[in-house]
Amino acid sequence: MSEAPIIQISGLRKIYRVGRVEVEALRGVDLDVVRGEFVAIVGPSGSGKSTLFHIVGGLTPATSGIVRIGGQEVGAMSDAQRTRLRKTTVSFVFQKFNLLPNLTAGDNIALARFLAGRNHGADPQFQDALKLLGIADRLRHKPSELSGGEQQRVAIARAVVNHPAILLADEPTGNLDTANSRAVLELLRDLNRRLGQTILMITHNPEAAAYGDRIVHMQDGRIVTTPAPT
Amino acid sequence: MRHRPLRTLLSVLLIAIPVTLILTLVGLSRGMIEESKQRTRGVGADIMVRPPGSSIISFTGAPIPQVLVKKLRQEPHVVLATGVIVFQVSGITSVSGIDLDEFNRMSGGFVYLEGGPFKGPDDILIDDFYAQQEKKHAGETINVLNRNWRVAGIFRSGKLARLVLPISVVQDLTGNTGKVSLIYLKVDQPSSINPVIASLKKQLEGYPIYPMQEYLSLLSVENVPALNSFIHVVVAISIVIGFAVVCLSMYMSVLQRTREIGILKSLGASRVYILQLIVTEAFLMGLFGTATGIFFTFGARWLILTLVPASLQQAIVPDWWPIAGLIALFASLLGALYPGFRAARQDPIEALAYE
Repeated sequence: MSEAPIIQISGLRKIYRVGRVEVEALRGVDLDVVRGEFVAIVGPSGSGKSTLFHIVGGLTPATSGIVRIGGQEVGAMSDAQRTRLRKTTVSFVFQKFNLLPNLTAGDNIALARFLAGRNHGADPQFQDALKLLGIADRLRHKPSELSGGEQQRVAIARAVVNHPAILLADEPTGNLDTANSRAVLELLRDLNRRLGQTILMITHNPEAAAYGDRIVHMQDGRIVTTPAPT
Repeated sequence: MRHRPLRTLLSVLLIAIPVTLILTLVGLSRGMIEESKQRTRGVGADIMVRPPGSSIISFTGAPIPQVLVKKLRQEPHVVLATGVIVFQVSGITSVSGIDLDEFNRMSGGFVYLEGGPFKGPDDILIDDFYAQQEKKHAGETINVLNRNWRVAGIFRSGKLARLVLPISVVQDLTGNTGKVSLIYLKVDQPSSINPVIASLKKQLEGYPIYPMQEYLSLLSVENVPALNSFIHVVVAISIVIGFAVVCLSMYMSVLQRTREIGILKSLGASRVYILQLIVTEAFLMGLFGTATGIFFTFGARWLILTLVPASLQQAIVPDWWPIAGLIALFASLLGALYPGFRAARQDPIEALAYE
């Protein structure tokens, strides 16, 4: 019997209310992602990619439908449980890096460990990831002293420091030049291949999407084509 | 806090102001009363006879007939008696009219730092604090009670008053000829104090008569009418100021850090953690504000000593430091609650989209 998908989404709908106007961001999304898969989600602006991410990450509730992470239904979780989900199970990499500007790169990573209550003891697996990311000698620098590529690598390090089951990357190369974009995408693929990290990545860029094991296309709040996970 | 130094510094300074206000007010109350006690003690009397219905703090006015001084001097065990007339000059400054010989016998005499006793009817004695404040020396002229006086001598502070004139001069000037404001008595031995008072009370119905020790113990902040209420009002104002300052500062802080709060939430920071961050910062500002306020109190004391040494006396009141500190911390924590809850409830997606 095959392993249950780590992410199970069915009939997901999300309606935002902007004043008196209702905006339907998701119109019934169904998607399964198995553990260790690298899925690229592609679609134009307004297609609902980010909303899907925010719901999977427990940052916002769905209007209807079901999202299960590791078998647990996100919609049924309390605020505290969703907070725990972000601490331990799902982590984010953003287009704008979102590092805390007043902390050094090392402290940004340490903060994530601290919030997850894992700030004690050595972590050989994370040391491997740091080597992979190539930022071991940049940890004492503040984000403003780092290049865009380095900042994004620090953000990835921060995202994987607590060994989350799922890494959600929202346009991770959107603010990077071609060389840095390639480096970041290769890193994500390495993390996926070597450490078995499950990754969902939003991108506009077909070249970036090609790094994924599977490409999911979204349009107008729906998935338009998605081959079944292998 | 370290990352917004100007805002933090301003907040700390604004929290320090009410702390300084409270400590200066209490210090002034204590300092003035302590100084008044010291000057009263300097008279060297054992018993004080006050006019009927007079306030414990103020002696101004002269309702006691001066002949009573002579009568009391003849009482058994009374070795010295002297009448003093007190007249308010301005604000809290008053001039005392004394019989210099009698007063010297009772108090042991003034210690003159410059000049000496009265030589004529236009002479005045002033203490060193008043001389420093008015920048006067012996032989110079000062204006008191709308006329000029020659400073005959400057004496070391600590006896009766800051400005001293011959008793008859003050009586005539104030239209109280033959009257005094209070009478000081000295008895032959301490054990005579209570029997003499008991005897006097029988003869002088309605006159408050105190042993000096008891009178001095009555001079306290608690016995000054309305002073305690005034201190309570200042404490209440301080809480309001502290609350408003911290609330505004932390509200600004939360606005400035909207995106950072969003990042923390995306990393799994709980509402309690965010609230704790804001409250901890407010607590530290309250703590630094208290320390700064205490430091400012020393500055206020230095200013008073430099500018108006004869008018105001400010004591340093360490026993009020924790009280002022608790008031500042309470106001700070109260002020942090709304911004703290607002930050804790911030929508992470909106916060992350904030530019």
